Amino acid sequence: MKKPWRGIPWTGETMTTRTSDPMAKPPQPLLDVRGLGITFSGPGSLVPVVRDVSLTVAAGESVGLVGESGCGKTVTGLALMGLLPFRTSRFDGQILLDGENLLELSERQWRKRRGRRIGMIFQEPMTALDPVFTIGAQIGETLRTHFRIGRSEARERAIEALAQVGIPDPATRHDAYPHELSGGMRQRAMIAMTISCEPALLIADEPTTALDVTVQAQIMDVLGELSARSGMAMLFISHDLGLVSQTCSRIVTMYAGEVVESRAADDVLCRPRHPYTSGLLRSLPSFTPRKGRLPSIPGRVPRPAEFPNGCRFEGRCPHAQQQCSARQQLQPLRDGGFARCWRSEELSLPGVLS
Amino acid sequence: MQNQFLRFLLWRMVQFLPVVAMATLTIFSLIQLVPGDPAATIAGEYATAENIEAIRHSLGLDRPLWEQYGIWLWNAAQGDLSNSLLSGLPVMDEVLRRLPSTLTIAVLALCIAVIVGVPLGVLAATRADTMLDRLVTGIASLGVAVPNFWLGMILVSIFALGFGWFPTTGARPISEDFWGALHHAALPAATLATGGIAEIARQLRSSLIEVLQSQYVRTLRAKGLPNYLILWKHGLRNAALTLLTVIGLVFNHMLGATVATEAVFAISGTGSMIVNAAINKDFPVVQGAVFVLVLIVIVMNLIIDLFYSLLDPRVKKG
Ligand SMILES: Nc1ncnc2c1ncn2[C@@H]1O[C@H](COP(=O)(O)OP(=O)(O)O)[C@@H](O)[C@H]1O
Ligand code: SF4
Ligand SMILES: [Mg+2]
Repeated sequence: MKKPWRGIPWTGETMTTRTSDPMAKPPQPLLDVRGLGITFSGPGSLVPVVRDVSLTVAAGESVGLVGESGCGKTVTGLALMGLLPFRTSRFDGQILLDGENLLELSERQWRKRRGRRIGMIFQEPMTALDPVFTIGAQIGETLRTHFRIGRSEARERAIEALAQVGIPDPATRHDAYPHELSGGMRQRAMIAMTISCEPALLIADEPTTALDVTVQAQIMDVLGELSARSGMAMLFISHDLGLVSQTCSRIVTMYAGEVVESRAADDVLCRPRHPYTSGLLRSLPSFTPRKGRLPSIPGRVPRPAEFPNGCRFEGRCPHAQQQCSARQQLQPLRDGGFARCWRSEELSLPGVLS
Repeated sequence: MQNQFLRFLLWRMVQFLPVVAMATLTIFSLIQLVPGDPAATIAGEYATAENIEAIRHSLGLDRPLWEQYGIWLWNAAQGDLSNSLLSGLPVMDEVLRRLPSTLTIAVLALCIAVIVGVPLGVLAATRADTMLDRLVTGIASLGVAVPNFWLGMILVSIFALGFGWFPTTGARPISEDFWGALHHAALPAATLATGGIAEIARQLRSSLIEVLQSQYVRTLRAKGLPNYLILWKHGLRNAALTLLTVIGLVFNHMLGATVATEAVFAISGTGSMIVNAAINKDFPVVQGAVFVLVLIVIVMNLIIDLFYSLLDPRVKKG
């Protein structure tokens, strides 16, 4: 049974995007998540891991989903893919893809869209590919799941996809096994596999976190190029706000299973409206001009069982006051976007750009 | 590539030589512990001490133990398994005469174990933590725990004595009467198979569960691959690596367990041959039979290794 969505009254507006024309509003976003809640049921217990997550991704748009480890980013991404175990997960709200609520689809219907309309790449390229099949076989299999094509055409298109992600000598690599490739090459192969069916939306969950810095930059370039060239929308999940701000026009910040801020990337970098986002920004090494210790946010993300009733950031927030122990709603902001903090308009929080 | 492969094969063979030597040496040493004197047995009840001594000398039993073993090993390396101390007949002939019955039960048992064990393992894994899974796992632990000879007697009393579907004892040569041989081998093979079924089902279940929870299976689901392909193509293909290892171990175990099974079903295979010869301290026969069984185990392991290198691209050849 699904509860009706009880978040903020939905205005039907999409959040501000970094386009030259501020009035440009896509009639219907590609992905429209409304008040998504995810509850895991364990033996004799219900753990609400994610609550009231609302975000939109327009066609061709790149949106960043940031937050520290344990904030529920991966769980949210997996929910959008329908990859959470249905037997032990309960969902609230809606996940609208092309205006169609995915949560109401049968597993069979969902499977048709998975990999085809919406694809996902994961953090660990070393373990995300089946070790006993060649790269090409795994890409070809994906293609043949969604298209009626023969083996030779699948091979051609797989090699084409490998070339698109910048793998040198793609025809040879097509027949290589995952263990024969480096981490960066594997992540490229993983991306090639996911884009081979030309999904409208790509969810990239920390795609570079497991890689070293130079490779990281290359993978970011590949992703940036792909979305620019093919018009593929991207939901880029990362704990690294700096990385996200390079590619994404909008940033959604998650904290302890909730969206706490959702705005255009430039606005977030200049004037964050939620103390958590501000803290995240100030702990970025690349944006801190002075040498010395980075001002990191004290404390850690509470675990789902210990979520406070009021503002979930209260225990770590330098601006906390009495009223903060009341439940916070995602509020529309005057200058566009949303924040989940009753002080967001009055506080002047430091960003990293001016 | 082909050359590399042959080298790989040859290398594996060489690696196993010490195993053969160790196995036969152990058997040789153990037989020395068996009470009795083959020379005295041959000489009969009324023989004089000189008589016995003469026989002992002619059999080479008066030489130091290491020399006896050395001679045996030297001959075995040249394909001569010596003669039985008691009958004087070549051991090789006797082993080859009895081997088919033993292999028939062991191979049939392995087939039964795989044919029954694999679906049970898959079923338990895909229904993990349900009643069905617990049932399969429970029966599997029972199958491992039950002694073979006891189960054999129960099977005989139900299916041979009770229903009369199968013969109670004996064997048919498989070269002459294929179906008759299988008919005779059915009960002993079923007895032998239970442990294997249980082991295969258990190991396949845990290996498959691990595979199905892996990151790459999550990727497969993210691609939109249908469940049956995930299970039967990717799941089983990855779990097959564990399965192969288990099959090898199960087969080795089965060959050993034929000794008890052949006793229960009165089959004159290599197992009963070893038992009789050991009682009479007829060490060339025991060693010869063990030697051949060890060779079979080694060949089986080689075949498994070959399959392994075919199935797992990460195994380096050579
Ligand atoms: N299958 C699960 N069952 C119960 N809790 C889970 C499960 N998966 C994740 N969690 C919990 O959900 C929270 C969010 O996890 P995750 O989405 O992985 O965070 P992130 O990706 O932001 O680091 C964590 O507290 C984690 O312990
Ligand atoms: S509601 Fe209070 S505690 Fe929470 S972020 Fe805002 S100021 Fe900090
Ligand atoms: Mg994560």
